[in-house]
Parts: sequence; C-alpha cells; structure tokens
Amino acid sequence: MEEIIQTEKLTKTYDGISAIQDLALNVHAGEIFGFLGPNGAGKTTTIRVLTTLTKPTSGRALVNGFDVVKESDKVKKVIGVVQQHLSLDRDLTVRENMEFRARLRRIGSSERKRRIDELLDYVGLTEHTNRIVDKLSGGMKKRVSIVSSLMHRPQVLFLDEPTVGLDAQTRRRLWELIRRLNLDGTTIFLTTHYIEEAEALCQRVGILHQGCLIALGAPLELRQKLGLVTVETLVNNKETCYQYFADRAAATSYVQNLPPEVKTIIIRDSNLEDVFVEQTGQKVGGD
Amino acid sequence: MVSALSDIYSVLWVDLRFLRRHWLRTLATSIVSPILYLVAFGFGLGRGISFGGYGYLDFVIPGIIALTAMTGSYNGAGMKLHVDRLFYKCFDEYLLSPISMFSLAVGKTLIGVVRGLLASVALLAVSVALSPTLIVSPLFVLVLVASCFVFSFLGVLVGLWAKSHQDMGTFSTLVILPMTFLSGTFFSLSQLPDAVKAVLYVLPLTHSSESLRAAALGQPFPWLSFLALLGFGLVFFSGCLLALKRTSV
Repeated sequence: MEEIIQTEKLTKTYDGISAIQDLALNVHAGEIFGFLGPNGAGKTTTIRVLTTLTKPTSGRALVNGFDVVKESDKVKKVIGVVQQHLSLDRDLTVRENMEFRARLRRIGSSERKRRIDELLDYVGLTEHTNRIVDKLSGGMKKRVSIVSSLMHRPQVLFLDEPTVGLDAQTRRRLWELIRRLNLDGTTIFLTTHYIEEAEALCQRVGILHQGCLIALGAPLELRQKLGLVTVETLVNNKETCYQYFADRAAATSYVQNLPPEVKTIIIRDSNLEDVFVEQTGQKVGGD
Repeated sequence: MVSALSDIYSVLWVDLRFLRRHWLRTLATSIVSPILYLVAFGFGLGRGISFGGYGYLDFVIPGIIALTAMTGSYNGAGMKLHVDRLFYKCFDEYLLSPISMFSLAVGKTLIGVVRGLLASVALLAVSVALSPTLIVSPLFVLVLVASCFVFSFLGVLVGLWAKSHQDMGTFSTLVILPMTFLSGTFFSLSQLPDAVKAVLYVLPLTHSSESLRAAALGQPFPWLSFLALLGFGLVFFSGCLLALKRTSV
C-alpha cells in the first residue's frame, strides 16, 4: 500500500519540553486517518510539522515523498490545511476568501472562477457566495474553510479538530462532506478528541498521549486487541472497574459469577476511549 | 520576476478588497489627528510665530504631512497584519502558499504605502489651500513615497514581532508617540542642544520631516537625511524578512 505520509523519530520540543516525541507514523494514500488524543497531546503540533508551518527539532517527515523541511515548497503544493481556528478573513465575503486562497496558489483568473463556483456548489453554499464570512453560522464558516483549502486540489487534506464547537447536526453534515472528499480521492488526515468522530470516520487511527504514539491501527482492530465487550462494575459503591471480553457470551458468564458486593453492572461494546484509558489510565476528554 | 510581481499583487489584493469596502472610515480615521494638529498648532498655538522667514503654518504643514505618512503607513501595514496573525489567525495561509518571503513582505508593505499616501494626499489637498507657499515638487513626492515605504516596513516588522495586542500598544506608546512630538514635526531641531539633537536624529521621522520640509519650502535639500531615511527603510525591510523566516520553516 502506498504511503502518503511517513514520519521517523519525529520530535518537536519547546523550551526543552517535548510536544511530540519519536513519532513513527504512516498514512496510506486514499484513507481517512484519525489522530486521537486529549488536548495538549501533540496533535496540532504534528499537523503543523507535517504542513511545514513548524520545523521539527529532530527526525524526519515525508508527505507524498517530499521532506517537510528540505522540500517544503513541494509539500505545500500537495496539501490543503483546515486549521482548528477559522483561518478566514472575516471581513471579506465567501467568494473573496476563496479567491484570495486561489490567488496565493497562483491559479489563473478563469480557472479560479470555475473552481470557486464548482466548490461552492459542492458544499451547497452557492447562494451565500457574496455574504461576509463574519455573518455566517459556525457550520457554514467551517465549510467555507474546508472548500477554501481545496482550491488547488490537494492530494492530502489536513483537518485539525474539524468539528470542535459545532452542534450534532452540523457535525454530521461535516462528516458527510469529509467522507465525500475522501471518496473523490483525497487522503484525509484529521485530528480529534471526539471518540465517536474517530470511530465514525476513520479507517485507521493513531492514539497520541503526551506526544507519544501509544496505539495505531483500525478502530475495530484496536478494540479487538482489548476485547470487543466491556463490563463496567461498581465495587462497594466506590470504584468503577472495567473488564474486557472477546464477546458478549464471555462477558455475561463473568457477570453471573460476580460476588454480591459488586453492583451497577453495564455490559456494552468497547470503544476507542477504553483503548486510551487502558493504555494511559486517563480519559481522552481530560486535559 | 513576473511571478514575484503577481505574488506581491496577490498579497496586496486581499488588503485592497478590505480597503475598498472601508475606504471612507479608513480615510476619516487617518486624517482626524493631523487636522486636529493643524488646527491646534498651526492656527491656535502657532499664530503669530515665524520660523526662518516662514509663518508657523507654512513651517508646520510639511511636518504634519510627514507625521500623517508615518501613522497612516505604520498602522495601515501593521494593524491589519497583527489582527490577521493573532486575532483572525489567517496569516498562516500565506505561509502555506508557495509565495516567497520577499513577495509576502513587499505585498504586506504596499497596503501601508497605499493607506499612508491616501491619508497624506487628503491632508495635502487641505494644506495646499491653507498654505499657498507649499511646493509640491517631484522631490516632495519622492520623499513622501519613501517615508510611506519606511514606516510601512516598520509596521510590518512590528506586526510580525508582536506576540499580543499589548505589544502593539507598548510599541506605539514607547516609540511612535514620542516620535510624533519630538522629530521636528512641530518645532525646529536647530533650537535644541547638540546632545538632544543627536538622539532625535536616531528617529526616522526626524529625517522624513526635515527632508519633506526642505522640499516643500524650497530650502537646500538635506540629502544626508534622505539617505538616512532610506537606510532606516533597508534595516526595517531586512528585519521583516528575518521575522518572516522565524515564523516559518
């Protein structure tokens, strides 16, 4: 399988503190890859390094075979980036923002117009083309941000926490857009701290904790390693314990043999948060 | 070369769109202070005072135009850049594009030059009506444009350097404000002791207002001051390139 992103011992330190450490990662061409971890785990730093915005302290990163430090100009041509914050000029219209990105990418006048119309239609924003960005809803702004980053038809799209702060309905519409972009041939590298987002969208995930990659694989594969079924128990009304089992039959058998002081039993499918908690002893949402 | 010019225009384009939408507000806010200075110092305080055979109004107008060029260019280049970097956070878009640091620095400078010239020309139109002795020669225009470039470079440099809104405020209070009043804009430096004069010649506005005044009043032109002004421009522009290099790989 062709690797579109590869990192070797990638490290970035700020004032002696490691934001990411010895990161060894590979992303396959054409997949949706999710980088999962709590706030401060190093997700944004990784994206900044891979998108040439931040220089790594040591190690190497290749995007489409180009070194992010030595061949940053070539990397910039094949990537699109949607930052966590809305990197739009909020005083300009939707069209002006897109035109600005196209001009920076040296796209000619007629091609520019054609692509703007095509992309606005793609995300259903044609009727909002002349609205000032500041007047749009959060979901619309995010969609403008995404399509603006597609003006030069990148092979890899980096999305840093794409749905943070959005309501459930808007989040699902964005998921649809991300899936559609992927089906149309764009490799997606996204960071998130929402478990359900990683599980719903990503073919493979990397779990990051304090700058280190602690797990890498397909969501189902990672859950299988842990056990597909989780049993939560409350012992003496104090501490919640988690046990993992390969299937429901094994979980049920375990529950039937529990002593009477163990209460509030929940049997449920395990998820990536369980994987994270087992590896780190912390919750993904916690700082 | 063509590609660099096209890149520079692309950087300038986005700021020109903003200016086109807010030109009246931009112009009004740029010329309120200079007109207040003109009324307070030129008509109020300076009435009856003369400098080297010129009325105070004739003397002070070139200084106020230099001051307008400074504030218009510095704020025009620096404030928007600063807002784009720290508030809108859209400055990374430039760094993610294939355009060179040189084109980016020049493009960001040009919007300051445009805004500085817009304010200066508006004030000049008022000034010519008030002071018919004012000579708007090619040399005057050259100094005015050079001043706009120099202070626009300074605006870009500070806009790139500032890590917070407070940093911008601090620079304005500690550098721009003293320069406004001490750089020979409102009085002649010849009246000052040599030691004070030496300190004031470290400020670029001193050279800008001296050169502009000489050109406007038909006095012998201080070429050394003009060269010093260009030197400041070179230093500020080099600083911009260094600051941009620091913000990217």
